[in-house]
Amino acid sequence: MHELSICQALMHQVQNIAQEREAEYVTEIVIGMGPLSGVEAQLLKNAFPIASVGTVAETAKLIINDLPLRVKCGQCGAESEVTPNKLLCKNCGNWRTTLISGDELMLMSVELEKHKEPEAVH
Amino acid sequence: MCDTCGCNITHGNESLIRPGGKLAKTESGKEAVTVLHSLLHENDHAAQHNREHFDRHNVLAVNLMSSPGAGKTSLLEATIQQLDPDLRIAVIEGDLETENDAERIRKHGVKAIQITTGSACHLDAHMIHQAVHNLDLSELDIVFIENVGNLVCPASFDLGQHQNVVLLSVPEGDDKPVKYPVMFRAADLVMISKSDLLPILNDFKIEKAKHYLHDIASTAPVIELSSKDSSGMAVWLEWLDQQIASRKAYLQTYRKAAPLNGALSPHLHTMNHPAHSNKVVK
Repeated sequence: MHELSICQALMHQVQNIAQEREAEYVTEIVIGMGPLSGVEAQLLKNAFPIASVGTVAETAKLIINDLPLRVKCGQCGAESEVTPNKLLCKNCGNWRTTLISGDELMLMSVELEKHKEPEAVH
Repeated sequence: MCDTCGCNITHGNESLIRPGGKLAKTESGKEAVTVLHSLLHENDHAAQHNREHFDRHNVLAVNLMSSPGAGKTSLLEATIQQLDPDLRIAVIEGDLETENDAERIRKHGVKAIQITTGSACHLDAHMIHQAVHNLDLSELDIVFIENVGNLVCPASFDLGQHQNVVLLSVPEGDDKPVKYPVMFRAADLVMISKSDLLPILNDFKIEKAKHYLHDIASTAPVIELSSKDSSGMAVWLEWLDQQIASRKAYLQTYRKAAPLNGALSPHLHTMNHPAHSNKVVK
């Protein structure tokens, strides 16, 4: 359950960005995550309300984009989309592959709002 | 992962993750800020800082990870007894509770710092940073970090180590690498521990364990070791010697290339913390 620690680190980064840009609210947080990031998306989502309470991002929407797991073969050079416990080249079956993507755990973007939308007055 | 900014964008994944512009106004007039930073940016920064501390004193830092009870502390005890007496070592112990492991190490006359994490399931770079300030690195050659026994969480946190050693004990079964791919992919060396049990627990096959490591594209060498009967100790001690030698060679080349500022990288001493000497506190 290190997702809470990671979520707290996320909140720290988000709060710094909001402060730098003098934003009052964070409305959306987008994270990119690969299957080999070592973090479970659902657990991170569960941790988010706990970590964000009382912060500028308390009402923010958390969006998690799943990034694909891809390897490049050291022998034939082919690229394959693979699963976390089978990283073999799908073209020639060689195990000496290198990861191209799939271990990311990244804050991609935040959406900020300076002031809350004023109540409509007509 | 990129060492300078903590991001993990590579040529391979750039097109997948980098959106349109650096700054964009969304339709509703809100400001969208593209960040592209690792979520563990702060930890990674602290880890790099720790690594620079170790490097300044030519200290090799080795992070031991495994499930609980795989024999990390026993390995350290056997290592202390058989290591070249000229090599000076210290141990940083991570556990949820108790000083038991640190006390086991201290009985052998080796300095041990115990970190009790409470309910945290892993060590992080900030904890190691505090512990390092209780060690006199100028009097050490190797710092072993015994991580919290756990095959999941410790894999995500860089501590500033130079090498990760992951222990897989024979009673655990030979398929652990495919069950915990993130952890075993982090290994620079995989040690099959409690190898004296191989004749009894004969469903554990070394070749199968190696096969599973290949499945996760691990190129880490695999060694077998028993802390009980000392078989495999010579290979382990030789591996440690090699790591010390190659780290020294690397640092010499690096220092030759950047002799002017004396520091190993511009990151050094940019961290904000109160005390920054390596004086022994205890």
